[in-house]
Amino acid sequence: MSDDDLEHLRRAMQAATPRPDPARRAATLRAAEENFDRRQGSGAGLRPSSNADPITGWLWTGVKQMIQTLSTRGGLVATTALVAVGLVVFIPTGRNLMNPPEVLSEPRLVDELGNVTGSSATSDTTSPTLQRDALAPVTPPAPPVAKAEREEAPAEMFESMPEMGMAEDADMTAAGQSFATSVASAPMPTPAPAQESRSRRVVEGMIAPPSDSVIPTESDTEAYANEAPSDVKVVSTDPVSTFSVDVDTASYAVVRSSLTRGYLPPEGSVRVEEMINYFPYDYAAPEAGEAPFRPTVSVMDTPWNEGTQLVRVALQGRMPAIADRPPLNLVFLIDTSGSMQDANKLPLLKQSFRLMLSELRPEDQVAIVTYAGSAGQVLEATPAAERSKILGALDQLQAGGSTAGQAGLQQAYAVAADMSDEGEVTRVILATDGDFNVGISDPNALKDFIADKREDGTYLSVLGFGRGNLDDATMQALAQNGNGQAAYIDTLTEAQKVLVDQLSGALFPIANDVKIQVEWNPATVAEYRLIGYETRALRREDFNNDRVDAGEIGAGHAVTAIYEVTPVGSPAVLNTPLRYGEAETPEGSTDELGFLRLRYKEPGETVSTLIETPIPVSASEAGTEARFAAAIAGFGQLLRGGDYLGDWGYDDAIALANGAKGADPYGYRAEAVTLMRLADSLSAR
Amino acid sequence: MRMTTGDEGLAAAAAAGDRAAFSTLLEVHYDRVFALAFRLTGSRAEAEDLTQDICLALPGKLAGWRGEARFTTWLYRVVVNAAHDRRRRNATRRRQTDGWGDWEVNRRAAQAETAEAVDWLTGTMRALPTDLRVTLALILDEEMTHAAAAEVLGVSEGTISWRVSEAKKHLRALAEKEERI
Repeated sequence: MSDDDLEHLRRAMQAATPRPDPARRAATLRAAEENFDRRQGSGAGLRPSSNADPITGWLWTGVKQMIQTLSTRGGLVATTALVAVGLVVFIPTGRNLMNPPEVLSEPRLVDELGNVTGSSATSDTTSPTLQRDALAPVTPPAPPVAKAEREEAPAEMFESMPEMGMAEDADMTAAGQSFATSVASAPMPTPAPAQESRSRRVVEGMIAPPSDSVIPTESDTEAYANEAPSDVKVVSTDPVSTFSVDVDTASYAVVRSSLTRGYLPPEGSVRVEEMINYFPYDYAAPEAGEAPFRPTVSVMDTPWNEGTQLVRVALQGRMPAIADRPPLNLVFLIDTSGSMQDANKLPLLKQSFRLMLSELRPEDQVAIVTYAGSAGQVLEATPAAERSKILGALDQLQAGGSTAGQAGLQQAYAVAADMSDEGEVTRVILATDGDFNVGISDPNALKDFIADKREDGTYLSVLGFGRGNLDDATMQALAQNGNGQAAYIDTLTEAQKVLVDQLSGALFPIANDVKIQVEWNPATVAEYRLIGYETRALRREDFNNDRVDAGEIGAGHAVTAIYEVTPVGSPAVLNTPLRYGEAETPEGSTDELGFLRLRYKEPGETVSTLIETPIPVSASEAGTEARFAAAIAGFGQLLRGGDYLGDWGYDDAIALANGAKGADPYGYRAEAVTLMRLADSLSAR
Repeated sequence: MRMTTGDEGLAAAAAAGDRAAFSTLLEVHYDRVFALAFRLTGSRAEAEDLTQDICLALPGKLAGWRGEARFTTWLYRVVVNAAHDRRRRNATRRRQTDGWGDWEVNRRAAQAETAEAVDWLTGTMRALPTDLRVTLALILDEEMTHAAAAEVLGVSEGTISWRVSEAKKHLRALAEKEERI
């Protein structure tokens, strides 16, 4: 239902679109025909190639330029009147200027009149008449009169029989379609019905919004990065699916924050892959000497569709020996703008960083840069051993002023450049509530800046705090360009997870630009659908192009991607085979569902390494981890509208997740079940 | 011939000098051209002028008709280009360089503190970058597929889909504001 906004706009646009002025239309058509005749010359086939504007056009253009020159700023009223008078003398079509564009105010007219539509109709029909009389000497009489009469009739019908209008509307649509496709039919009297249907749309489209509250609030300016859910692809025509890994978890935290506050999350805030990847899974870790991560593929029956299967591609990143990790240079870039003063923003941020500080080593260095109004360095590079100095600086932070994100970011990178030494890991950690507007002239330039710094080895992670103007879209964009993770911190528990339990994963990349490509086997798979990863889709050719950026995997990170595949011959196949498609039996082994290819770069490398492995047909018994991932995948899709889930609902998701909690040492999975319950009751209302 | 090839056949006939075909084409498409012009400019006066310019220039442009695209695609491309040229010319005269809507009318409406819906539409369209706005103007036409819009604008279908999703993000952001009163 992410199309609602577009539909709203479509209706508003239809309501606002005026009908073309009939007299102007007739005059233009006539003039165009004259141009056409002039162009054909007197005889056979000799078509002048000159581009010179025909006379009418020239005259009109000249007058128009005159008006535009005159009507720039001051003296508008007087000059417009003068020119309009001059125009009527020259060209019939000029009369439009006497009749100031009133269409934009038409909805208001209808709105105000409500029950008094009669007077609206009167003014509507009388004004063309008056103008027509005034123009009688110059306007060709026949067409405008005919059209004006047609206009009047339905207007009256509309008064007496509103339901007639509805029927006409439908007819109109049908007529309009056949109209467009078969052209040879004679011109139809469309203007009248068109007006009819438009005025109805005005009533439906323009009056409703005020009661639905159109007035924007100052306080809430959240923006989300998302795409429409992926649709089902047919293997025979579209066998290859390519995407970048995503280890972000921000979407899950936003969903949790919404649900615990008592409303369903906006569909745009739900990114299913981030919900799945929020949870730690018990995947086999790579052996020493292997690639930095280990892919495993498993197949299970789909909980919500008997005729399909879920193929789960799981990557488990290596956990490097903690003792060997290189020294860290961290630059905290902290948003201290006025909007950060809420308890769940700056105060939570301070507590979170205090937690994180205990995870750092004495040789790690920390610096703090703030941005609010003007950017400033609050703490110069300080060894983590000087804990009290760092905590003191943190405590000094006060919220106030507006946000100058760009200047702050530049300063943070400058500080980071000073701190970094050979063999160290340098990262800027941006903490913000998303108000990143002031001071940014060009968001793309900002992204380029971050991408440049990424090439230099300084990465960027983004931590989001608070709700209200969380700019999820910008956070995503910045973190993706900075090779970093975007996380959303709504509670101290979440801070514990992101900044303590999974700190090494967030800060130490073990594989860069990790791309996944699956080629499905048309002999065994008829259709497939990637669940989530809409914002991470890559073009097929980008897979082998090492210059195309993709997601990072940090130490110990696990990444899960789930496909729903429909085997050949399954009753669940949605698309009819093409009648004129290839008829021959597809080649290929029937014991493989497809072929998985992975590319990644070792940190610091520029050339990627390829891992390939076939996906076997055999469905294994779904383990705890697979079932829980499936339950979360279903939950995420339900929150997005669940187009492909049939009758499968929240209660099914709860049952599935409850049976697959596993060890759950941190209680994350139990919390997920609680959220599903909340969503279940909220959606029932 | 005409029965089977529709607009394309008419256009070919018109390009070959068939006046009746030309008249039919214009008659059939005038309203859609006007509606698109309005969606592109947001101003009735601008849309009338733009439509007139296009119609008057059409006989010349049709001479270049090669039947390589659907007629509507070709025609819409003409409209989009004309609107683009107009926007550029206006940019030198107006403060509102790439705006949508008629600033004079809207300023009056704002003073009257009515016309909320028009304000919403105008505000929404103005909030969009030009390329997204042009893309939306095209695909708000119910018969316009992404593929067709891509052909009109000379970009890939993926670009259109991307722009539409970008535009939806903008709309969603605006809608979020509205919902939380």
